[in-house]
Amino acid sequence: MAYSDKVLDHYENPRNVGVLDKDDPNVGTGMVGAPACGDVMRLQLKVTDDGIIEDAKFKTYGCGSAIASSSLVTEMVKGKTIDEVAAIKNKDIADELALPPVKIHCSVLAEDAIAAAIADIRAKRGESADAPVAAAS
Amino acid sequence: METEVTSQEKVSDSGIDLSADYFALFAIEPGFEVDLVHVSRQYRHLQGLLHPDRHTTASAAQRRWSMQASSFVNDAHDTLRKPLRRAVYLLSLAGISTDEETDTQMDPMFLMEQMELREAIESAPSANDPHAVLLDVRGQLSRAMSAEQVSFAEASAAHDWSAARDTVRRWQFLDKLGREISDLEAHLDGDAP
Repeated sequence: MAYSDKVLDHYENPRNVGVLDKDDPNVGTGMVGAPACGDVMRLQLKVTDDGIIEDAKFKTYGCGSAIASSSLVTEMVKGKTIDEVAAIKNKDIADELALPPVKIHCSVLAEDAIAAAIADIRAKRGESADAPVAAAS
Repeated sequence: METEVTSQEKVSDSGIDLSADYFALFAIEPGFEVDLVHVSRQYRHLQGLLHPDRHTTASAAQRRWSMQASSFVNDAHDTLRKPLRRAVYLLSLAGISTDEETDTQMDPMFLMEQMELREAIESAPSANDPHAVLLDVRGQLSRAMSAEQVSFAEASAAHDWSAARDTVRRWQFLDKLGREISDLEAHLDGDAP
């Protein structure tokens, strides 16, 4: 299957691969996985006291689309607030990377990783764990 | 002019019922434990009923049905003899989907282990003895797979479909990992200078 240029770019030069200290109170870690393809994705967000994402790292084992989706997310989130990041939808990722329909689930994985990382940071800060992750209300 | 055969004819023509579940088709009790010798014997029996030589005088509609039945029987055979496919199929008979593409929430500890195993595989080619590393990972993997099979057998027998579903979802990761190890081993063997 042909990958888009953007997917290839992120796949060949992934941004922000790495690890942040998961025990840092300002770091939220999201681990998600998709049984269908055995992909595992770890996304970490480092958040300032004001709630701004100052750093993001990822590590993904999976296909090119899964790697590109998580790589793109680390670029998208920097400088945004937690609420802005929580509003990122898989469609934003899929559109940006021009993912074909069979690869949409890779962008879902990335969206879920963001949600998991935010839930972790909110739990660390003593905010309600079941506060709406996507600004629903 | 051809007319479609009715479903009654579809069944009675060869005795094969395309609306049956795979266990009924192979005349076995639905469950995770199956007698593979019986499955293979029944497979040959069913394929014998569908052999093209028996249908040289058949109409186009009958031949088309025969092809459809043959692929149904093949799929049933593959499903029944492969443990993971059999498990997924049993879940589907119970009306349970593994949501393997849409549900990405897994036990974080399990995912952590999966990531470590994948890291070990990734670094294997640059190790002193890549095959020893892969052998070690394969050992961990086969122990984990056996444990999931036992868990699935117990959960499905007890109709605990929620536990059975969790088991299958972990098992799917392990299965994928096993295929990746095989690919890498083939690559190491084939491309060795």
